[in-house]
Amino acid sequence: MANNSYLKLEQIGKSFSRGPATTEVLRDISMIINEGEYVSIIGHSGCGKSTLLNIIAGLTPVTTGGVILEEREVNSPGPERAVVFQNHSLLPWLTVYENVALAVNKVFAGKKSRAERHDWIEHNLQLVHMLHARDKRPAEISGGMKQRVGIARGLAMEPKILLLDEPFGALDALTRAHLQDSIMEIHMKLGNTMVMITHDVDEAIFLSDRVVMMTNGPAATIGEILDVKLQRPRRRLELVNNKAYTEARAAVLEFLYARHKAPTIAA
Amino acid sequence: MSLTILKSDKSAQAGPVSVTPARASVKPAAAVIPLRSGKPLAQVAREKLEAVAVAVIPPLVVLILLLIVWQLAFSRPGASLPTPLTVWREAKDLIIDPFFVNGSQDIGLGWRVLTSLQRVAFGFGLAAVSGVLIGALIGQSVWAMRGLDPIFQVLRTVPPLAWLPISLAAFRDSAPSAIFVIFITAIWPIIINTAVGVRNIPQDYRNIASVLQLNSIEFFWRIMVPAAAPYIFTGLRIGIGLSWLAIVAAEMLTGGIGIGFFIWDAWNSSRLPDIIVALAYIGIVGFLLDKIVAAVGTIVTRGVQAS
Repeated sequence: MANNSYLKLEQIGKSFSRGPATTEVLRDISMIINEGEYVSIIGHSGCGKSTLLNIIAGLTPVTTGGVILEEREVNSPGPERAVVFQNHSLLPWLTVYENVALAVNKVFAGKKSRAERHDWIEHNLQLVHMLHARDKRPAEISGGMKQRVGIARGLAMEPKILLLDEPFGALDALTRAHLQDSIMEIHMKLGNTMVMITHDVDEAIFLSDRVVMMTNGPAATIGEILDVKLQRPRRRLELVNNKAYTEARAAVLEFLYARHKAPTIAA
Repeated sequence: MSLTILKSDKSAQAGPVSVTPARASVKPAAAVIPLRSGKPLAQVAREKLEAVAVAVIPPLVVLILLLIVWQLAFSRPGASLPTPLTVWREAKDLIIDPFFVNGSQDIGLGWRVLTSLQRVAFGFGLAAVSGVLIGALIGQSVWAMRGLDPIFQVLRTVPPLAWLPISLAAFRDSAPSAIFVIFITAIWPIIINTAVGVRNIPQDYRNIASVLQLNSIEFFWRIMVPAAAPYIFTGLRIGIGLSWLAIVAAEMLTGGIGIGFFIWDAWNSSRLPDIIVALAYIGIVGFLLDKIVAAVGTIVTRGVQAS
């Protein structure tokens, strides 16, 4: 937490216009994310949390406000804000190694020698325990393994911030738990700043330093930010009966299901 | 030995999942399965022989039946077309030796086919390169599509030979005119298929490209071409078929020593058996061209679309 206000979101608003109709998706989103922090953004489907992540990534332009990373405004995509996409998004014609290499060779083109880049690719595959499958194509490995490679590709860019867009959403519960453990281990080891979109309450609390709860759209905004006061390293089994954990869990559940019900349920 | 097994293993795994428009035959997968299962050599050989027999015998039987019907239908005196036996008797030199040379106009059909293929190679090669580039542009840019697509949709319905007079006028020579006709015939399906392929590139791949800040040349080679390859090869396959259709017709009019002109020449000197042999040549070469492009497509697009 050396550098305060590492990433600043300043009064971000986003509207989509289609013809005469304008839909306001996000309104007045401001927050500060510190270096090395793990922040989760949680909310019901359609509340605009993926839009928010895409804005931070620079893939979607803002309507008002801005994103400031280390005192500089960012408004286009770049490798210093790497994204791990929900559906892994590996290129199917490249092997596991080549998928990571595409990123590494581009990002470190003038900075690392060929041998250094090769070692760096293998190092990152090792980090997600995927070195054994380096010559396989995405079609030949499981969904969880693909997501591991997606994470390796993101980490290999050595980003200032790693953005995770529902990274475990498409996985079964057991695989998801494994990957959450891996992510936690990596976060402990590297201390990088991570912003994760999720709709899983347990996942958000288990992994995060802070959980950002979004209100429902249209014009969604930050409803509440919860500090998760749990020691690291956290162990899944020990948390089940942990008082701080159950309280945090109750707080998020209360927010999502009592005060800000999903629109379909409320109707 | 272990290396070859490893290789065939890989292709067998990649085989069934990479379903692409360009892929038509299932032979490669069938050919490697015996190796994987580790059966004795004799059994492998027998299974392979059976597979070949299943593929070859039915069309052979039908061919023989057709030849018999043809023979019976035209064997009465004064029939308008020659029978298979007459063709064999009168055009034996053409059938047996494709590569004889007895003079400047008396050469084997193999040479004539090669001449035609050379024209096709030029025209089709040009069409492939420019078709993929224009298709990429149309697929990538909404305004290029709005501007060009309607015009292309009209132009592509113009029959190949309708282009010939205007290209003769423009080039004042038959050789480049024939190549231009091939080009203009083959380019439309290549453009249209490439454009569809590029338009169908998943947003995820585009997002990766923008996060990595790939420039447009890198994007073209690393993302666009591989992602659209199945579509591109579908276009190339249609294009090569049309080229072969067009070259025969174009050569009939422009002359030279191509296979098309040979047919026209044979017609003018009433050598009907020669025409029938030439038709068989054209059919077989067209079939092979199609298979070659399809096979290249299968190899190149292995793995694409199997996410």
